[in-house]
Amino acid sequence: MTFIAKPKVTHPSLPQNALGLTRRAYEGALSTLCAGCGHDSITAAIVEACWRLSIEPQNLVKLSGIGCSSKTTAYFVSGAHGFNAVHGRMPSIAMGANAANRRLSYIGVSGDGDTLSIGLGQFCHAVRRNLDMLYMIENNGVYGLTKGQFSASADVGTRAKKGETNLQPPIDPVLLALDLGATFVARGFSGDKRQLVPLIEAGLKHRGFALIDVLSPCVTFNDHEGSTKSYAYTREHYEPAVLADFVPSEAPITVDYGAGEAREVTLHDGSRIVLRKIDSGYDPTDRAAAAAAVQARMSSGEYLTGLIYVDPGEERPDFHQINGTPEEPLNALPYEQLSPGSAGLRKVLARYR
Amino acid sequence: MCIFRQPSNIVDATDTSDPDYYHRVVDCQWACPAHTDVPEYIRLIAQGRFTEAYLVNRESNVFPGILGRVCDRPCEPACRRGRVEDKPVAICRLKRVAADQREDITTRLPKIPKVKNGKRIACIGAGCASLTVANDLLPLGYEVTMFERYGVPGGLMRSNIPAFRLPESVLDEEIGMILGMGVDLRLGTSVESLRALLEDGRFDAVFVGSGAPKGKELRLPGRDEAAANVHIGISWLESVAFGHIGHIGERVLIIGVGNTAMDCCRTSLRLGARQVKVMARKPRGFFKASPWELEDAEEEHVEILVNRAPKAFVVQNGRLEGMRFDCMEYELDARGRILCERVTGEEFLPADDVILAIGQENAFPWIERDLGIEFDKWDVPVIDPRTFQSTRAGVFFGGDAAFGPKNIIWAVEQGHQAAISIHRHCQGEPLGERLPAGVTLSSRKMGMHEWSYANDYAPIERRLMPHVSLKERFKNLNIEVELGFTAEQAAEEAQRCLNCDVQTVFAAKLCIECDACIDICPVDCLTITANGAQAQLRTRLKAPAQNLAQPLYVSAALPQTGRVMVKDEDLCVHCGLCAERCPTAAWDMQKSHVHWPHAADEARVLEARKPKIA
Repeated sequence: MTFIAKPKVTHPSLPQNALGLTRRAYEGALSTLCAGCGHDSITAAIVEACWRLSIEPQNLVKLSGIGCSSKTTAYFVSGAHGFNAVHGRMPSIAMGANAANRRLSYIGVSGDGDTLSIGLGQFCHAVRRNLDMLYMIENNGVYGLTKGQFSASADVGTRAKKGETNLQPPIDPVLLALDLGATFVARGFSGDKRQLVPLIEAGLKHRGFALIDVLSPCVTFNDHEGSTKSYAYTREHYEPAVLADFVPSEAPITVDYGAGEAREVTLHDGSRIVLRKIDSGYDPTDRAAAAAAVQARMSSGEYLTGLIYVDPGEERPDFHQINGTPEEPLNALPYEQLSPGSAGLRKVLARYR
Repeated sequence: MCIFRQPSNIVDATDTSDPDYYHRVVDCQWACPAHTDVPEYIRLIAQGRFTEAYLVNRESNVFPGILGRVCDRPCEPACRRGRVEDKPVAICRLKRVAADQREDITTRLPKIPKVKNGKRIACIGAGCASLTVANDLLPLGYEVTMFERYGVPGGLMRSNIPAFRLPESVLDEEIGMILGMGVDLRLGTSVESLRALLEDGRFDAVFVGSGAPKGKELRLPGRDEAAANVHIGISWLESVAFGHIGHIGERVLIIGVGNTAMDCCRTSLRLGARQVKVMARKPRGFFKASPWELEDAEEEHVEILVNRAPKAFVVQNGRLEGMRFDCMEYELDARGRILCERVTGEEFLPADDVILAIGQENAFPWIERDLGIEFDKWDVPVIDPRTFQSTRAGVFFGGDAAFGPKNIIWAVEQGHQAAISIHRHCQGEPLGERLPAGVTLSSRKMGMHEWSYANDYAPIERRLMPHVSLKERFKNLNIEVELGFTAEQAAEEAQRCLNCDVQTVFAAKLCIECDACIDICPVDCLTITANGAQAQLRTRLKAPAQNLAQPLYVSAALPQTGRVMVKDEDLCVHCGLCAERCPTAAWDMQKSHVHWPHAADEARVLEARKPKIA
C-alpha cells in the first residue's frame, strides 16, 4: 500500500469518452491494498471499462461484502453509489437495490472467501435468479486479510507460504455458475487487461447475471513457488478459449475478422460481443461443452479463460421478468401507485379469505 | 501454454549506462549549454540553502547573479513542467533568488596556489568568455593576463545590457570574484596586433574572447544624410552605459525585434522618448526577442508594429523626419513558414531618432591573416567546435568571437571548454582526448513510503515577477525593474520543480508484471508490451507518445513473459509512485548526478597519472 496519493496531474492528451470525461474521472480513493495486488489491476480494468462505456458515474452502483476484494469498490468511480454489505451478503443487497431501480448498472465485487465460503448460498441464488448485475470474483485462493490461510478456491496440491499443502478440492465458481444456469460466465486474469476490459464491458451490458471470475494473485501470501495462483504460475497455465471484443451499439465493427473466425452475439441494447475462437472446436454458446472444456483443462492444471459461456439470445428470463418488477424506479413512482392504501390492502387480504 | 511469450530480441534494451541517457531526462540541464544542475539548486533553494544553491550554479555558469537576471534561459522552454502544464518553472528567477539571498562565499571560492605552474595565458577581451577561462585556470596555477579596450571589465554584459535589467553592483561583485583570484588586468589596452602578442613569446596560449562588437548597418537612401539621428543599437547602448549619451528625441523608431531592440526601446523611454515604436519586418511568430523581453517592453507601452520593411530614411533640411516602410503581407504554410511575400503599400512614420538593432558581427581587424589562423568565406575564423582551438595551435576562441553572437551562457560554456583545451595544450596532452561526461545514480529510498525528495506534485501556477511601478521606474536609468521573488514566491515556485533528476530506474529481472506501476502512473507513461521498433512501440502505448524528441525507455525482456517495460520519458512527473507501488522494488527512484568535466577535473586526472617520486 502507499500513503502517497496519486497526483491530480494528467497526461495532457488523454482521450475523452462520449460524456467528455477522461479515464481519470472514473478513479476512486487511494488503494490501501498491498503494492502489486492483483485486485488493483482489476480496479484499473473496471475504471477503463466504465470510461469506455461512458457510464455516468451516478448511474453505477458498486456493491461488495467483506475482504480485500471488497475494499476495492472504494477505489473506482468515486461518483457512483456504493454499499459495503455484511460478509457474503452482497447479493441480497444487490437484489433489493435492483428490484427498486432497474435503470442503474450494478457491479458487485467479491472475493473467493466472500463468494465461495461464507457467501456461497447467496451467490448460488443470485445466479439462479439471473439477477441483473455484473458479479466479479477477485480470486486469489487465500484469505489475505487474515494472513493467507487457504480459501475454498485453493487448488489441491497448492502450497501455502509457510509450506503446508492443500488437500481439499476447490469450489470452481465458473463450473458452479454453469451448473446453476448462469447466462454469462467468464474467467480472466488481473495481469491481462486486454482480455479483461472487454469482458467487463460486455458483462455490464449483459441482461441477467454476468459472472467474471478473475484470477488475481495475492502478492503477499500467494505469489511464491508452489502456489497455483501466483503471477508466474497463472501466466504459464493460462489458456484463453475465446477472445471477446465488445462493440457498443452505435459503433461499426472496424476490425476485419477472417471468414468463420468470428461470431457475434448481440445483446439486448444492440451492442455486440464479437467472439474469436482460439481453439477451433470451442463453442461458447454450448453450456455442456463449455463445462466439459473447463473441467478438462482443470484436470491438467490449466485455467481456461475468456468468455466461456454466453446465453446467445439472452433468452433466459432475468430477475425482472421473473418477478414482474416495475420498469420505473420506485423512487420515481407516484405515491398512489407505490402504496395501495387501505382499500387496496383490503383487496389483497380478500384474496386469502 | 502461455500466449504472452513473445520474441524479445527485436530491439535492444535502452542503454542507461550511456551518461547522456539520464542527462537527457533532466530537460533543463540538457538544454543548458553549461549543463547547470538545475533541479539540485532548486531543491537547495527550497531548503533555504541559498549559498549552496549559488555555489552549484557557480560551478557551471560562473555568473549566477548576472544570469539570474538576463540569461536567455534555454532551460525554460525545455522544462518538463511546461509540457504537463502551460508554463515552465521560473528557473532563471530562482537562480536570482539564490544569488540575492546567499551569504558571503569568499572562503568557498577555489584556492589559488601561491606557487604558479609557470604557464602564462593571454585573454583578449574581459567579457564573460575570458573571465570564465581565468576562473578555470587561475586555481590550477596559471597566470592570466587580460587585455580590455575599455576602462572597465565586463564586455557586452556591461556595455550592452542596460542597468535597469542588470545593476552594476551585481556585475562588479561577480566579476570581482574572478579578478580577485589574481588576474593581471590591463584596462584601456586594445590588442592592435595578434602577431605582436604572439611574437612577444611571453604567453603559452592566447584566448580570444573579444565578442561580436560590430552592429550591423542598414544601407538605405538617406542613411548618410540622417547620420546624426540614426544610431547603431549596440554602440548606442554602449554610449549610454558609459555615460556618453544622456538623452534621445521624443519619437523613436527601433528597427529590428531581437533582444537588443528590446533594450534599445526601453532605454529610449528612460532617456526622454515619449513614443517608441519597434518595427518588425515579419509577423510575431518570427520575432527573435525572448517572449519575456517582449512582454516587459510592451508593459512599458512600447508599440511593436509588424510587417513593415524599412525602405528609406526621410530627411528634410538636413534633419531626419522619419522613415518610409513597405507594408508587407506574408503567406504562411501550415507549419508557419513563409511561402511568399507581397508589398501591399507604403507607410511613412515620423521620427526624431532611429536605432538600428538588426544584428551584430564579430570583427578581427587586429588579426593578421598570415598567422596560420584560417578564416572562412565570411571572414570568420575556423574554430574546432569541440576544442575551440583555431587552426593555429595555442590560439583559442570562445564566446561571440568564436561562433557569432549568442547569449552569455553559451560564452561561459565555451570558456570552460577552451580552458580545458588550454590546460591540455599547456601540459602537452592531445586536445581531443578530454574527459568524457559521466553520471552517477544513488537511491532516494529512505524506508517504507519515504523518499528523500519532495515527490508530491504541487499544483501551483508559475509565480509572477513583481516589477517596480511604471510611475517609479523611469525616474532613473539605473532603477532595476524586476524586484526578484519574495521568500514566499521562491518557496512556492521551487515546489513546481518536478525533480527530473530523481530518475525512475528499472531492473527488469525483478519485475513480476503485476501492472501496479502502470495502473498508478498519473500521466500514463508506462506500458508493458511486446518488443518492437520505437516507431511501432509508440502506437501501442497506454497514452499517446507524440513528442518524438523524447526517447522511449525500453527495458530488457521481462522474466515471466518476455515482454518489455516501455516508458515514455516525455511527461513523467517523477512522483515516484511506480517505485512506491512496486512490490519487488524493480522500480527505484535514483538521483542522477551528471559529471560535466571542467579544467579542474582534467587537472586532477592528469595529476593522478603522473609518476609519483618517492
